[in-house]
Amino acid sequence: MSVSPAPSLGKRLQDWLPRIVLAPSLALVLVFVYGFIVWTAVLSMSTSRLLPVYRWAGFDAYERLFNQPNWYVALKNLAIFGSIYIVVCIAIGLFLAILLDQKIRIEGVLRPIYLYPMALSFVVTGTAWKWFLNPGMGFEHAVRVITGWDTFRFDWITRPDMAIYTVAIAGIWQASGFVMAMFLAGLRGIDSEMLKAATVDGASTFTIYRRIVIPLLRPAFLSAVIVLAHMAIKSYDLVIALTGGGPGNATELPSTFMYSYTFTRSQMAVGSASAMVMLMGIAAIMVPYLYSELKEKNR
Amino acid sequence: MAFIEIDSLERTIGGNKILKGIDIELEKGGFLVLVGPSGCGKSTLLNAIAGLQQPTAGDIRIDGTSVVNLHPSKRDIAMVFQSYALYPNMTVGENIAFPLEMAGTPKENRTKEVGAVAKTLQIEHLLDRKPAQLSGGQRQRVAMARALVRKPRLFLFDEPLSNLDAKLRVEVRAEIKRLHQNTHATIIYVTHDQIEAMTLATKIVVMKDGIIQQAGTPSEIYNTPANMFVADFMGSPAMNMLPGTVTADGRGVALDAGAFTLPLATPLTPGRKVTLGLRAEAIGAGQSGFGVTLDLPVEIVEPTGSDLYLWLRLGKALVSARFPATVEQRPGAIQPVWLDLNRAVIFDTESRERIVGAAQEPALAAT
Amino acid sequence: MSAREMAISTAAGPARWSRVVIYGLLIVFALFYLTPLFVMLSTSFKTLDEIRSGNILALPAHPTADAWGKAWGSACIGVTCEGIKGYFWNSIKMVVPAVLISTVLGALNGYVLTKWRFPGHRIVFGMMLFACFIPFQSVLIPMARVLGILGLSNTTAGLVMVHVVYGLGFTTLFFRNYYDTFPTELIQSAQMDGAGFFTIFRRILLPSSAPIIVVTVIYQFTNIWNDFLFGVSFASGGSSPMTVALNNLVSSSTGVKEYNVDMAAAVIAALPTLIVYIVAGRYFMRGLMAGAIKG
Repeated sequence: MSVSPAPSLGKRLQDWLPRIVLAPSLALVLVFVYGFIVWTAVLSMSTSRLLPVYRWAGFDAYERLFNQPNWYVALKNLAIFGSIYIVVCIAIGLFLAILLDQKIRIEGVLRPIYLYPMALSFVVTGTAWKWFLNPGMGFEHAVRVITGWDTFRFDWITRPDMAIYTVAIAGIWQASGFVMAMFLAGLRGIDSEMLKAATVDGASTFTIYRRIVIPLLRPAFLSAVIVLAHMAIKSYDLVIALTGGGPGNATELPSTFMYSYTFTRSQMAVGSASAMVMLMGIAAIMVPYLYSELKEKNR
Repeated sequence: MAFIEIDSLERTIGGNKILKGIDIELEKGGFLVLVGPSGCGKSTLLNAIAGLQQPTAGDIRIDGTSVVNLHPSKRDIAMVFQSYALYPNMTVGENIAFPLEMAGTPKENRTKEVGAVAKTLQIEHLLDRKPAQLSGGQRQRVAMARALVRKPRLFLFDEPLSNLDAKLRVEVRAEIKRLHQNTHATIIYVTHDQIEAMTLATKIVVMKDGIIQQAGTPSEIYNTPANMFVADFMGSPAMNMLPGTVTADGRGVALDAGAFTLPLATPLTPGRKVTLGLRAEAIGAGQSGFGVTLDLPVEIVEPTGSDLYLWLRLGKALVSARFPATVEQRPGAIQPVWLDLNRAVIFDTESRERIVGAAQEPALAAT
Repeated sequence: MSAREMAISTAAGPARWSRVVIYGLLIVFALFYLTPLFVMLSTSFKTLDEIRSGNILALPAHPTADAWGKAWGSACIGVTCEGIKGYFWNSIKMVVPAVLISTVLGALNGYVLTKWRFPGHRIVFGMMLFACFIPFQSVLIPMARVLGILGLSNTTAGLVMVHVVYGLGFTTLFFRNYYDTFPTELIQSAQMDGAGFFTIFRRILLPSSAPIIVVTVIYQFTNIWNDFLFGVSFASGGSSPMTVALNNLVSSSTGVKEYNVDMAAAVIAALPTLIVYIVAGRYFMRGLMAGAIKG
């Protein structure tokens, strides 16, 4: 019977090296992501106002959060903004992708034009659209000057009932090109023989898209919805730069709500509670998605 | 008038001629195989027949009427693709029914016809599955079912077996053959595999660089290739090619490979550069007709189970010879072989075209 | 075009008029995407008088770069009137180290998570991946406290740390998915040849990692440059990054509103990422797609 010699120190170090290399990153993520989330959760159950205090208050802050009319404004705005943003981005994205897939000669010129807004900061986008939508000097004014239509009005950005739609317009401007690219990649991935087969089978172009191509784009739809929903919930910079949350609180979103309650209104516990609600919202979308993605990849 | 007539068909893409004047005729019920190396234009030709790519000149007639201006779906054809092109979002049954649905067939008729076709191809148990759940061979059958269900006047196959493994390929090949025999369908079939071409076709068209090299029955293509390209491309192992010069009396060829002179069945102009083509089965044991016996050293022994191929040294050249598997031989030995020059095909070395083919002049065998 | 070819084109593809409609629609959309950029640029070259009297869709009648000079060197942000140049450099000083560190760590993590798997590697990756998508609001308050304790509040170093930590998930994801396609036999054969952990990484994986490095660097650069939330939360005043300074400039309500200066500043803030996009748009796209996981 042979006795295996104890592995040398060098050998053991080699074996542990991969884990040692990964350890700092993992530690950072554990502390700064998961640890901080727990910390925020603790704060949301405390009586913190201007500064963190660790006196247990149970779900008091959540109760106060859901008694804030402002929070409902933020949720309602998120629902309006989010749904318009997602639906219109997907509609424009799919439409443009299908058009661009018709053997367009100038595709190489058009594609980068559709996509460049994605490279811009939301602050830049907000600044540009704030100027463009300025009723006195922007688009409204330009239309009046150029067409002579003196009663033309486009003052949504100053109207509390319409301002949230300007946020959606700017957001759509920024992200729809990206959604187009996602769909275009999906379209290009479809076996061209399949389209030929459908043509020979007698399907019209419209039928080919309706019955074969669009059903095949399901993964692209799913990705687009997830990405856009995630971006909508996190939207902060765009609103700040475009409307500053106003007029009044007309364009308040959960993200701006959290920031102002935490840092300017000294309601840290309520701010933390709103952050936790946002986190749960995102987790509800992302966890199942990431889980299925990872499972698929590992199969 | 033939059933399918293709008339000086051309296709140019960006100044690049893919098809350079293709003429083909095919009888009703014929099985035409388009064969050639990749890039020879065979798939382009098939797509042109299907209407998926437009020819720049020429005409395609089916049953006497031109179809070049017709939409693919109006040509009454069905096509089986290399990737099978099954619609992954539909079940097998829906896939097969799709062409009928597009043609406006009522639902109950559709179900009936799909059932009938599925029965023929033994895929009834798969009708509710999605294509992703099928094996390669099953997908292939579904693709064929989808083509068959339309009962078109012409079937097009675009390399339908190239995604299958070797064993399955032989099985499905036999099945396609049986299908053709049973239904008497007219088929045009594209492949790069010369064995598929030989086994399936009633008529083979060998293409290269957008030009038809030869059109004929499998035996014509095999035994009397029109030029050295066809001789080399069709058959395995490839035809032995022995370049040489016609002797002063015009009755023999002095081989470039070495000190051999082979007699010619038909006299040729003295001094002409020719290449003598000889299939492996024309070199072997036996001793009949017109030929010579040579004692050649064995270099490589290749048993295939059914046959034994010997690679023999002929001067500077190496020739393959086919023997029954019962022959025992080892490298280094001397093997007496009979060269059946009756079956030799003679090409002009310069133009690479055939000059004399044994099959065309059987009378000379007696000389 | 002969009658025959006409017939062919109608048989095979959409008719000519429908091509015109398609091109028309595509160009209308191109104008939709281009107009805000055009308005920004043209406004930035106008004088205030022209802005007040003309319309925003018009080209500048007498183009002047004055607004650019002012935005860069003398516009007032908060209490200082030195333009945005200092903040521009703040952003550069923040972006460069943050991108480099997070990319190097991401490459090593991706390498370990694909080629040196250990029990639980999937959970580790899942945790890092989910970290990409959390709303940063949920870590904002603790981060502010920790930066305060470490003495890194209102410093560029603090922002670098924040961006490294919250960029790790994406960089790891990129490299993991890239190295996943490398055959494991490659590592096994190198090990048999006597190469160790770092040698294999340096000699075998790294030399063929150029494309994913470019993708990662561009993605991180764009994200970090464009960040606003961390900047505004952890670095106010003189250490603000460009985006925060731009917002302060634009939303300040004191004095005459100088739209041309605002627009010049906005274009300057957009320029680095726009240039990266123009030079390496293909890689930018690949990063976005990989960030959406499916690609």
